[in-house]
Amino acid sequence: MDMNEIKEIFFQECEEQLAELESGLLKLNDGDRDPETVNAVFRAVHSIKGGAGAFGLDDLVSFAHVFETTLDCVRSNRLDPGPEVLKVMLKSADVLADLTNAARDGGGVDEARSRQLIKELEALANGEVLQASAAPEPVAKAAPVVAPVVNDEGFQPVAFSFDDFEADEPALMEMPTYEIVFRPKSDLYAKGNEATLLLRDLSRLGEMNIHCDMDALPTLDRLSPETAYFSWKISLKTDKGEDAIRTVFEFAEWDCDLEVSLVADGAAAPSEELPMQPVPFDLSILDDEPVGPVGVIEEEEQLAAQQQIRDAAVSAAGTASNVLQMAQSAARAPVEKSAGAAASAAAQSAAAQQAAASAATPTIRVDLDRVDRLINLVGELVINQAMLSQSVVENDANGTSSINMGLEELQQLTREIQDSVMAIRAQPVKPVFQRMSRIVREIADMTGKSVRLITEGENTEVDKTVIDKLAEPLTHMIRNAVDHGLETPEKRLAAGKSAEGTVRLTAKHRSGRIVIELADDGAGINREKVRQKAIDNDLIAADANLSDEEIDNLIFHAGFSTADKISDISGRGVGMDVVKRSIQALGGRINISSKPGHGSVFTMSLPLTLAVLDGMVVTVANQTLVVPLTAIVETLQPEAAAIHSFGSNQRLISIRNSFCPLVDVGRILNFRASQANPVEGVALLVESEGGGQRALMVDAIQGQRQVVIKSLEANYTHVPGIAAATILGDGRVALILDVDTIVAASRGQSLKPEMSLAAAG
Amino acid sequence: MKKRVLTVDDSRTIRNMLLVTLNNAGFETIQAEDGVEGLEVLEEANPDVIVTDINMPRLDGFGFIEGVRKNDRCRAIPILVLTTESDAEKKNRARQAGATGWIVKPFDPTKLIDAIERVTA
Repeated sequence: MDMNEIKEIFFQECEEQLAELESGLLKLNDGDRDPETVNAVFRAVHSIKGGAGAFGLDDLVSFAHVFETTLDCVRSNRLDPGPEVLKVMLKSADVLADLTNAARDGGGVDEARSRQLIKELEALANGEVLQASAAPEPVAKAAPVVAPVVNDEGFQPVAFSFDDFEADEPALMEMPTYEIVFRPKSDLYAKGNEATLLLRDLSRLGEMNIHCDMDALPTLDRLSPETAYFSWKISLKTDKGEDAIRTVFEFAEWDCDLEVSLVADGAAAPSEELPMQPVPFDLSILDDEPVGPVGVIEEEEQLAAQQQIRDAAVSAAGTASNVLQMAQSAARAPVEKSAGAAASAAAQSAAAQQAAASAATPTIRVDLDRVDRLINLVGELVINQAMLSQSVVENDANGTSSINMGLEELQQLTREIQDSVMAIRAQPVKPVFQRMSRIVREIADMTGKSVRLITEGENTEVDKTVIDKLAEPLTHMIRNAVDHGLETPEKRLAAGKSAEGTVRLTAKHRSGRIVIELADDGAGINREKVRQKAIDNDLIAADANLSDEEIDNLIFHAGFSTADKISDISGRGVGMDVVKRSIQALGGRINISSKPGHGSVFTMSLPLTLAVLDGMVVTVANQTLVVPLTAIVETLQPEAAAIHSFGSNQRLISIRNSFCPLVDVGRILNFRASQANPVEGVALLVESEGGGQRALMVDAIQGQRQVVIKSLEANYTHVPGIAAATILGDGRVALILDVDTIVAASRGQSLKPEMSLAAAG
Repeated sequence: MKKRVLTVDDSRTIRNMLLVTLNNAGFETIQAEDGVEGLEVLEEANPDVIVTDINMPRLDGFGFIEGVRKNDRCRAIPILVLTTESDAEKKNRARQAGATGWIVKPFDPTKLIDAIERVTA
């Protein structure tokens, strides 16, 4: 793993932390005062700052730092996270996200905005600081400015220092000698520090003489193994300065008495002050290697010297580890039981905490490519299994053999594998929903409206590709809902509503699809104006008789988006056709229901996956087509008496005392020139967007099966009326019907000349 | 023998950096994601030194250090606190909990290895 990979991980993690941050802030906004929520928010910013620091992303670090400081005030209950505070924090979260993106992808950020927020955050933090400590912190003392002295003649004296000369010849100077008294306390060892190691580090600074004071050591029977009895007097010759010496004891300074004094002249023998002969300090015994020879000495002498050094060093420095070893052997003493009990209590409370942490299941991260490859392979497996089944059926007409049984099992297994693989890709819609809260905030800010976004069902799972493609249309719709759907606070108050508008975003599973609802409590659609606009734009005839629902659905019409701004008609028109197209491209449907004065509800229904589809395989004019099962309400065999002609070439079918338009699929797709006889075919009752029912006429039903979707756009080109293609068990290609487009075409609304399958089929 | 380091940090980024840095420096590295996991693997890992973050979910660094210090078999292990918080208050709390020393972020491989060397034999 190299730094770039780690950086990649960092940005992934940032995304998660940002999501965590936002959801935490939103919880606080909803009045949640759980300290763990505040902690999680703080941790998110803290983590981002930590990682950013490691990669030198200074902008990110400095913003995160200010943010973190303010959050710390909240965490320590010094700042109440009221609505105003949270507003600033949510905005800061947005800026933090921008900065993260800028750090990853390059590009700039709105610097004025981040500077503004830094100010606001600091004001929040400082406002609190001022309260806490009566007097404001004095501004850091400015270094005394030495103004250059200019004398009467206008000359400036030249600064001159003798230090320069001294620096040139340090070798000639005697190195300063320090005397250090080091008295560890028992705590020093309890915290895992080691006198031995400290002395070792000290010895690296220069030439060192050391004396261990063991006077405090009691007799063995009175020795408490965890008490520090030894102290050291050290004389150290070094040019590194006192700071370097103190740095050695940086970790230990609270747990020891430390005196460092400069013995003015290096020539003065420090040994005079020491009651015993100084011991040359050699810690090489810490390594398991023998001490290296010091010059050329006879071997025996050398060994003896080594032994001497070793003894001395052990007596002087080894005590710390001895103490610890003793402590460890004494650890089974009954006194220790209380500590043990405390530890197990801690473990228990930790376990409880763990259980409370919503039982996080272990996860692994996998490259999306790998999952995609797996999904593709499973797709092929499904097709292959279907082809195998088919050829077995063809060659073994009796169907009694064990092969058939095995095939059935295979089919079931294939299905299970497929479901499991799809589940790998399934992700909660939460990240998309979270992004929406930012959009709402921004639009609300821009329009001066007060908006509350409520999200429900954030954990509803759907295929990742669906999620990825959902963000754009959803953003667009949210914008419209806030900008055009909700009224200004004044108008709302005048209408007897609360000043704050509500936008509710809901996700749920319904019959194998995900349904996303976007509801606002605004003014609803002004049908008169929409209708007028449609007439002006030649979308409908002036005398067209349209139901409310049909009028509402006009806003999805392409003709509406090209129109000039229609903000005064709670202008749903802007770009809604684009939204609709993207939803349809996902195999989804969208419709609207609106109550004047009470708001509008957009309902999107999307497939859970874009890879497979349960379909009904039908025959139309000798072509095999697949109709998505989700669209079909029921199938029926029309009787001659139930068919009624209507207008020039329209037909209706009466189903349980209600009439439903009959749509000849073969005719619509130009598979045949004239309408087929309904009695000879089968009618599929389908529910189209907007809730209207139509009966689709097909020649015959072949069966029902799961098909793997192959994009027509990617492999050929878009064909109106056709959603995609698939490969059947016999290896033939079948087209998957786009029911909504077919229904729309039957209404004659968007019958386009290119709507001809003769070319494509 | 290779020295063994137990790292406890909830940030995947930092965990990876620690892993790379420590492995490159010739340490054997065992990693935990928070204080609870740190205490769970502690005895098994039997590290020569522990490097831990402070801000973590479930059980923070202070709690983790206290937990280690209460473990009879492991309480003498040096613990270094890895934290962005350089202010004295946080250091003090970490010390009171029983930390041996600290490494101030931003993460710097040299500083890390240096501090580990300082507290291990």
